[in-house]
Amino acid sequence: MNSVIQIQDLKKIYRIGDQEIHALRGVSVAIHEGEFVAIMGPSGSGKSTMMNVIGCLDKPTSGEYFLDGQAISQAHDDELARIRNHKIGFVFQSFNLLPRTEAVENVELPMLYAGVGTKERRRRALDALEAVGLIERIHNKPNELSGGQQQRVSIARALANEPVILLADEPTGALDTRTSMEIMSIFQRLNDAGKTVILVTHEPDIAQYAKRIVRFRDGQIIEDGPVLDRRTAALPEEVA
Amino acid sequence: MNYLESLRLSLRSVKVNKMRSFLTALGIIIGVAAVITLVAIGQGASNSISDQIQGLGSNLLIVSPGQATQGGVKLGAGSLNTLTLDDVNAISKLNTVSAVSPDVRKTAQVVYRNENSSTSIEGTNADYPKVRSTDLQSGRFFSKFEVQGQANVAVVGTDVVANLFGDPNAQVIGKKIEVNQMPFTIIGILASQGSVGGMSSDDRIIIPVTTAMNRLFNMNKVSTIFVSAKSSDLMDQAQADITLAIRIQHNLPLKEDNDFQITSQAQILNTAQGVTSMMTALLAGIAAISLVVGGIGIMNIMLVSVTERTREIGIRKAIGATRGIILRQFLIESVVLSLAGGIIGILIGLGGSELISRLTPLTAKVSLSPVLFAFLFSMFVGIVFGVYPARKAASLNPIDALRYE
Repeated sequence: MNSVIQIQDLKKIYRIGDQEIHALRGVSVAIHEGEFVAIMGPSGSGKSTMMNVIGCLDKPTSGEYFLDGQAISQAHDDELARIRNHKIGFVFQSFNLLPRTEAVENVELPMLYAGVGTKERRRRALDALEAVGLIERIHNKPNELSGGQQQRVSIARALANEPVILLADEPTGALDTRTSMEIMSIFQRLNDAGKTVILVTHEPDIAQYAKRIVRFRDGQIIEDGPVLDRRTAALPEEVA
Repeated sequence: MNYLESLRLSLRSVKVNKMRSFLTALGIIIGVAAVITLVAIGQGASNSISDQIQGLGSNLLIVSPGQATQGGVKLGAGSLNTLTLDDVNAISKLNTVSAVSPDVRKTAQVVYRNENSSTSIEGTNADYPKVRSTDLQSGRFFSKFEVQGQANVAVVGTDVVANLFGDPNAQVIGKKIEVNQMPFTIIGILASQGSVGGMSSDDRIIIPVTTAMNRLFNMNKVSTIFVSAKSSDLMDQAQADITLAIRIQHNLPLKEDNDFQITSQAQILNTAQGVTSMMTALLAGIAAISLVVGGIGIMNIMLVSVTERTREIGIRKAIGATRGIILRQFLIESVVLSLAGGIIGILIGLGGSELISRLTPLTAKVSLSPVLFAFLFSMFVGIVFGVYPARKAASLNPIDALRYE
């Protein structure tokens, strides 16, 4: 198996005034292609910092990080932007769709920055929206969509540039149980199709949908193992 | 991502906030319209002054008395009365001169039956129409013989006709008017010349210089002598000849300064143009200040917009927009705003200039350069005042921006 993410002795220190905060204290982990990993831990455990580093939004203070074979630790800001654009699909807790912008245009946005042509962009955006089951709502704006629908648009957007990893930060945090299940079923289906999914959550129920759990506390990994009693999300039709 | 896509994104953002965009551009609209209109008015004034000076006559030299000096203080042109009709005769004999016309003037009471008015009376000779490029509307100018004979004839301006006879189109040739109780027969009407700076050129009466000096006003000096040189090439030569002729007339010793001065039309034109172009520059400068103020307005709104759209910027950066793309988007937005303001301002400025020309006595002459200047300057303002907000947007940290509520 290819390792998509290779992290060696990663440290992140924030300085606030004279105080040094050690958010990550030497983390090493490898994630392989096709894995479905849940990163867990209480708040302040370093999992958010870990997510920002994996998502190339933040640079580590020291240590090595290879994403898809590419060294990230020393990359400068614009390089990181391009890596985020091409290799990472973000799904956020609060959806983070552009307001006053149609669903299909939201999905097109990463391709716009990647320089994909107008027609190709539209075609791929429609494919992605179809994959998340939202083909009838493509011209709706975010405020005309329910939370679950908005999260599906953001998954479609994350898929648009065919990224190496899907990185989901508490994707069900703003959703009710039933909608959460729908969203998790989409992630499971994408993972079944071969997509590497990394899920950051503090909810044990949601983590059970993953195949592997990495648990953080005080900036270190305290547990890393497969999910034994894995849950399979019921398809929406069966729930209804 | 190419520039066309950036432009489309920026246009979209301008369109979504229509009212705000309009108010932002308003500063530039007013500034540009003001620059164009004010410069057009200045240019119009400059042109009409030039026309008036050119209308004084062709190849014109103006001889005026010198200034008296009292205890080392010069008292100003005209403070000495040195010019006489003999000087006029001497000048008229010069080879480089084609016509000479003296000028004496005084304000006097003019009466026709019950009507009276206070009017400028000018005494001159038969060469006046030639030297001063003056046309008659009807009738004739007085002749050399009428000047020699000190005849009581008058050529009047159209305002005089209107004032005394109640109707500017009245048939007045042959009518008798009284100037300081002396009767004059009207023999001609001057073509209307309009007014300069609120002073009418049509409110005057022209009579033979001999009549004016000897019989009406009892004067022996002329106030100005207008000379027409034979050709424009001979202006300098004519000026030298006239200087010599008058010095001989006045018996001036070699070391003494001239007791008169000669001004050419070109010099007057230069001076007047200097004044009007300074006035135009002043107007343009004041208007340009409002353009800068408009630019600050754009910066202000763009800064608000960056703060308001922090989260949006965070999203864009998280999914792959580089610094350059964000910078470009905001910069294009401010340039679009200021350029749109510039174009609307140009249209308003053109319309305003046209309106002023039609509705007021002022003439506004729009020329290409202030329009071009206003257009480029508004673009420049958009870039200069757009850079800071755009840089601020581009340098936002995506993690902080995403967390921003």
